[in-house]
Amino acid sequence: MEFFGQFLQLTVYGLISGSIIALGAIGLSLTYGILNFANFSHGDVMALGAFLALALFRLTKNLGIPTHSFGPLSFGLPIVIALICSMGLTAIVAIFIDRILYRRFRESGPIVLLIASVGAAFVLRNIIQFIWSPLPSYYFREIQISKRFFGIRIKPDEIFILIFAAGAAYLLHLFLTRTKMGKAMRATSDNLELAKVTGIDTERVILWTWGIGAALAASGGVLAGIEDKFITPELGWHLLLYIFAAVILGGIGSPYGALLGGTIIGLSTEISTAFINTAYKPAVAFIIMVIMLLFRPTGLIRSK
Amino acid sequence: MSILTVEDIYSGYGETEILHGVSIEVAPGAIATIIGPNGSGKSTLMKTIFGLLTPTKGKVTLEDEDITGLRPDRIVRKGMCYVPQSDNIFPSLTVLENLEMGAYIRDDDHSDSLRDVFERFPLLKDRKSQRAGSLSGGEQQLLAMGKALMLNPKVLLLDEPAAGLAPRMVGEILQKILEIKESGVAILMVEQNAKESLKLSDRGYVLAMGKKRFEDAGQALLNNPDIGRLYLGY
Repeated sequence: MEFFGQFLQLTVYGLISGSIIALGAIGLSLTYGILNFANFSHGDVMALGAFLALALFRLTKNLGIPTHSFGPLSFGLPIVIALICSMGLTAIVAIFIDRILYRRFRESGPIVLLIASVGAAFVLRNIIQFIWSPLPSYYFREIQISKRFFGIRIKPDEIFILIFAAGAAYLLHLFLTRTKMGKAMRATSDNLELAKVTGIDTERVILWTWGIGAALAASGGVLAGIEDKFITPELGWHLLLYIFAAVILGGIGSPYGALLGGTIIGLSTEISTAFINTAYKPAVAFIIMVIMLLFRPTGLIRSK
Repeated sequence: MSILTVEDIYSGYGETEILHGVSIEVAPGAIATIIGPNGSGKSTLMKTIFGLLTPTKGKVTLEDEDITGLRPDRIVRKGMCYVPQSDNIFPSLTVLENLEMGAYIRDDDHSDSLRDVFERFPLLKDRKSQRAGSLSGGEQQLLAMGKALMLNPKVLLLDEPAAGLAPRMVGEILQKILEIKESGVAILMVEQNAKESLKLSDRGYVLAMGKKRFEDAGQALLNNPDIGRLYLGY
């Protein structure tokens, strides 16, 4: 019974970290599917989102927005406003990076784009360090007490994370299946050349892809900050391995696969801590990635 | 008077020139077929007409308008659609979504075109919620044509529409092509099944080594003993 309790507890932790990984993985998978390159700066886009939210959060203090917390949550309206505005701003930054950097290399092949993205990653991380210092920054410092539900400890903030991630995934699903742009995005991810000869304005699709991917990444960065209580410029870089593992597990180019992959990576890394040292969490993600690449490189949800 | 005119086209991939001055014409509401051995430049010609390759010399005219070197998505807007030889559907989208993508550039209501396509290909209606990737090769080919018809094009380019299909399916596809032509769409196609396709073509062209070798009415080409001996294998 005690083992079962611990298992359930770790499952909840796994779902929480899985939500954050999935929010990052969806964007990486979308751009991977359409532009056909592994974007190493995606983690740093998450960090940028977290820090833009910090700046916006501090800004709201001078605007007279009510600062009291929502019910049992340790934050209130200012963080929510900062989260949403940061998603929008990060999307604009990602589109801007595409215009000045990646667009020049559309015909250059995946390796050139990959290297360009490593460059973009360094630039982003160092700009973040330059503006906000390499030391940890805090949204808020209150310590929240976990609540118990059926013997499982969970903080109200973590319930918010789960609900936000599920809501974002559902909205994305509606976008991809109900709107013309969403369907065009899936079509372009299936076959870029065919999308072009069909008359789809693929440059516009690419713009939307960057925007949506970056907005979701930013939200993942902010949620990671809410969960960990602090943010550092390396936040996204440290998450990148888990995100890549999730994308490969789910199947490159499939946003649903990314969601599934993120959840599985979150669950398996957390549950592994019942058996092995916590320090091996990245190794667990790595092993899953290697096994998938060896035995089923198309991922769980085959997209191409 | 022709709806699509290709004049003295030179084209290829990078430094490699594949077409050395090819001219063809498609009359309104007619079928023109290009046959020829592998590597003769048939697909290169299709891609050049559709703006996927830029010719080094020559001119492509659609309804008196010079469309040489225009981007494919611009050419689609001029009323010409292209069905590539393979990978011509979006496999992870449903059949219905594929057809909707066919009408992507249309901002008006396209339900009338959808009804027409479903009427022409009843099978697609039965499978409209199915993932397109799960269709058989022949069904995918029908879907690819249906997708192109969503724009009510004036000219349809078909690159080997019956390649790699079961013999029974070949006949069905060619029959559909004839029906599409009868509804007023001009068709330019490249086909491996030379005999069957020349039979229903108003005009036939034989391409070899990047040059036009013969040109005549479809049936006349078929009856030409030289063509039979050199290109049709009898």
